[in-house]
Amino acid sequence: MDASSLSGGFVDHAVQSATAFRDLLQAMARPGLIFTMNGTEPPAPLSIAAGVAVLTLCDADTMIYLAPSVDNDDIRSWVAFHTGAPFASSRVADFAIGKWDELFEIKDFPAGNDEYPDRSATLICSLPALVAGKTRLTGPGIKGAHWLDLPDGGDEMRRVDLYPCGRDLILTAGDQLAALPRTIHLETG
Amino acid sequence: MTTHSEIHDDLSFEDSYNFAYLDEQTKRMIRRALLKAVAIPGYQVPFASREMPMPYGWGTGGVQVTAACLVPDDCVKVIDQGADDTTNAVSIRSFFERTAGVATTEKTTDASLIQTRHRIPETPLTEDQILVYQVPIPEPLRFLEPRETETRKMHALTEYGLMHVKLYEDISQHGHIATSYAYPVKVDDRYIMDPSPIPKFDNPKMDDCPALQLFGAGREQRIYAIPPYSKVKSLDFDDYPFSQLRAPETCAICGADDSYLDEMIIDDDGGRMFVCSDTDFCASRQNEQGFEPAEVAS
Ligand SMILES: [Zn+2]
Repeated sequence: MDASSLSGGFVDHAVQSATAFRDLLQAMARPGLIFTMNGTEPPAPLSIAAGVAVLTLCDADTMIYLAPSVDNDDIRSWVAFHTGAPFASSRVADFAIGKWDELFEIKDFPAGNDEYPDRSATLICSLPALVAGKTRLTGPGIKGAHWLDLPDGGDEMRRVDLYPCGRDLILTAGDQLAALPRTIHLETG
Repeated sequence: MTTHSEIHDDLSFEDSYNFAYLDEQTKRMIRRALLKAVAIPGYQVPFASREMPMPYGWGTGGVQVTAACLVPDDCVKVIDQGADDTTNAVSIRSFFERTAGVATTEKTTDASLIQTRHRIPETPLTEDQILVYQVPIPEPLRFLEPRETETRKMHALTEYGLMHVKLYEDISQHGHIATSYAYPVKVDDRYIMDPSPIPKFDNPKMDDCPALQLFGAGREQRIYAIPPYSKVKSLDFDDYPFSQLRAPETCAICGADDSYLDEMIIDDDGGRMFVCSDTDFCASRQNEQGFEPAEVAS
């Protein structure tokens, strides 16, 4: 393990993860609102926002799937050192990290079951940019509508056809973060 | 009787304890459950409740949810049946002052996070606030069906007929729906949810609320949530629509005719008076009207 995998984590873990979680909670509660995250410097190409989400939510009790674009030795060492989380296949992942297009291609992430819809994967999904755009978001947490620039496939990735089963997305781009839970209805105008 | 000393006195923010008391691994587990709860409105997410330095019945579920959400610049308010000054409310407030170093307040408008037992503040909540409910029994179907495996199936299949039968039996027995506390609601047109033992007077405040609402049941190990601006409908029937229940009186102290009132016996001859159950709401109204509250909290 080289020095770079030991650095770039939270300096004051308790307070930084509390602050980061509060933003994650608000992001999930107000889908489509964009938050600026800070406090990590993960190895490339993992973004700051993805790094913050991983350090805040993952530990030895969560299985992480790394999509090919982020599956390198530096990222593996960094995630393992800072979280202790085991790596796993997509079929059993609690969290998955990768680009939108990569995660879209993988169909077997857990989506929970009728009695335990919470037993589902959370996809930490990177985009080239996270900006207000042409996709209209409506549903719980949103007064009226929020707007994001999203690629196609958001419904299939979240398996909204299975609601209340399904998957939730944490969207990242650089230090920007937003969330797209399974409840949210998307329309592209 | 519970006393202040039941919360261990050896807690100190400076030394042995972690931020907001809980260890990091426990907070992460609760935080993951909270995100799932928000993503599936009204669904009860199981979590591994921890021993807290206070007995069950003291809101250990709410305390754990609050602890997992707190940030250092929070301003915390704790109410117990509408009052900030009960032993329970004072102890929980002091617990978070000591373990998280956060500011506390009795004013609803100054609070960023409000933990509550059995009431929703009268003052409308805002987007900048989180309301954390202490929940004794999270399962709204429990008194109809004691088996967890069965209630879980009923939620999975949206098999909610029994709940309507129970409410309709109320009507045939009493001429109206007699349930006046913990009155069941349907969240986002999907899950039937127990709003905790708040008076049904408070139920309409949950609907389309700008604040995030979180629910924690410690003994039963469940967390659930209502995202902001969600649809929350009290169960009812076309011929017996839901109605808010309120004593047809005004507050003897501030004169409010729209707040939830507690009835108090004031003398041995059975004399009664009605006062706001929300003590901060009542005090602010007194201040607005230009006279001092009868008793100023220290
Ligand atoms: Zn009053």
